Amino acid sequence: MFAELLQYLLSGLTIGAIYALAGLGFSIIYNASHVINFAQGEFIMIGGMASATLTASGVPLPLAILIGCGGAMLVGVLVAKFAVERARNASTVTLIIITIGASIFLRGIAELVWGKDFKRLDAFSGETPIQFLGASMQPQSLWVVGTAGVLIVAIGLFFAKTLTGKAILATSHNRLAAQLVGIDVKRVVLASFALSAALGAVGGAVVAPITFSYTEMGIMLGLKGFTAAVLGGLGHGPGAVAGGLIVGIAEALGAGYISSAYKDAVAFVIILAVLLFMPNGLFGKRGTERV
Amino acid sequence: MNALLHGRLTGLLALGAVIAVLPAFLPNNFYLDIAILAGFNAVVCVGLNLLIGYAGQISLGHAGFFGIGAYASGVLVGSYGWPPVLALLAGAVFVGLLAFLVAKPILRLKGHYLAMATLGIGIIVSIVLRTESGLTGGPDGMMVEPFKIFGVELYGEKVWYWVVGVLLVGVVWLSLNLIDSPMGRALRAVHGSEVAAEVVGVDTARFKVLVFVLSAVFASVAGSLFAHYAGLITPAKADFFKSIELVTMVVFGGMASTFGAVVGAVVLTLLPQALTIFQDYQQIVLGGILMATMVFMPKGLLPTLAALFPARRRA
Repeated sequence: MFAELLQYLLSGLTIGAIYALAGLGFSIIYNASHVINFAQGEFIMIGGMASATLTASGVPLPLAILIGCGGAMLVGVLVAKFAVERARNASTVTLIIITIGASIFLRGIAELVWGKDFKRLDAFSGETPIQFLGASMQPQSLWVVGTAGVLIVAIGLFFAKTLTGKAILATSHNRLAAQLVGIDVKRVVLASFALSAALGAVGGAVVAPITFSYTEMGIMLGLKGFTAAVLGGLGHGPGAVAGGLIVGIAEALGAGYISSAYKDAVAFVIILAVLLFMPNGLFGKRGTERV
Repeated sequence: MNALLHGRLTGLLALGAVIAVLPAFLPNNFYLDIAILAGFNAVVCVGLNLLIGYAGQISLGHAGFFGIGAYASGVLVGSYGWPPVLALLAGAVFVGLLAFLVAKPILRLKGHYLAMATLGIGIIVSIVLRTESGLTGGPDGMMVEPFKIFGVELYGEKVWYWVVGVLLVGVVWLSLNLIDSPMGRALRAVHGSEVAAEVVGVDTARFKVLVFVLSAVFASVAGSLFAHYAGLITPAKADFFKSIELVTMVVFGGMASTFGAVVGAVVLTLLPQALTIFQDYQQIVLGGILMATMVFMPKGLLPTLAALFPARRRA
């Protein structure tokens, strides 16, 4: 009974960590540019596909992940520079369609480069399950949770301690004021896309041994990441992380106790329920509107 | 006022004329079929445009309403032997009630939160359609009986073309009237500044709910008829990508332009057909076109073209 619950919690925590990374990516970009980047899932896909295919052709794993990460960052910067920045003053709907266009475009390129079939990546440290209070856990899950944890702490430090991080924060609070004190806001937007892309790509690489990688792997992961970001309150970093973990764990519990067919619906049922009572998410501030 | 009425009639007559003469230029049923599909999409988009373009609210879940309409017809007629007209109405009433129930709390949300909520509803609907295979046939979809009314069976592309054509003209007429009514003005006020509209006494919530329900019902009716026409429906017709496709049509054609929504629906229905020549590059080209139009024509096709010919805008 308890072992079963623990099993669900552990698998929920694993996938939740990926949702948290994706959600954090949404939040960072939203803060810097007020854009919801629907191509976030494609960054995850690029990380997963690049590391799986590169290691298969003999590149050492750390280098493969690094290349995938660099590739995703480059793609992120290109999307920001050539699509998002140019449409700065467009409406919310227009910007949403631009990033959706970008995600379709990237999936098309990925299919061309890597093909449509599933790619396998070996687990980083073997597949012998670890027994833990009656539940068993893949060593890869530890990699996922550990990597996500380290990245999340690193992001926190980045925003709190470094000048670049503070510049991004300043831009998110007030773009014009940031510009006036000499922050290059255009570069901030590019940096935020690069950062989110890196988060997504590393997440994709560590989760690839569990989920396999394929060109459409980013669709649901991206949407769940968006759910996580909204659940925590858009633009609220720690909220996005909490949102990701909540969605992941609820999903695992839902799949275990209710119905595995409705696993993917759990996240959306939660978000609807929360938005009903808290229109700004769990941790979002109630904004006043300037007329 | 007279000029306004005049402009409305001219547009409607032009649309009617295009629909009337188009079949003469379509060489065979394949093209007629594409025209019919474009017509169905246009009906949904005209409704969605009321919501996006005039009330300034985004929905990323309208395919869900289309899907409910389609499956209501499929299931009620096929498995329970209901007359198709009754099934269509039942689907529309159900969708209307559902939209009404979710509208009030949802439309309180703004911008991206509303996008999230409608996206959630759409995805939940498509997962239910996919999973309840006993009722819906699951991922493979289900066959749908032909549409019969007063013992007459609607059959063949030629008949359906006129059915969809008349439906589209009707929907456009309704929508144009709505936009020019006091309610339409209230809606535009909501789009301009919701707070200001509230201050001058517009019941913004009521209008938003009404338009949301109306656009959902349009989608449901189009879904029902589409199901009968196609004879086969799959959950893909209700999923996230279909919703995105619909929103894209509206924005591509031009937000806050009823004829823009029609043009957007027609162009983007044709586009994938035309893109099949690109084969493996199809997604790349489609994604590229989406990005490029939105970057270079953020107002959409028809308003951008209209701005190029200022003289013609007076009509």
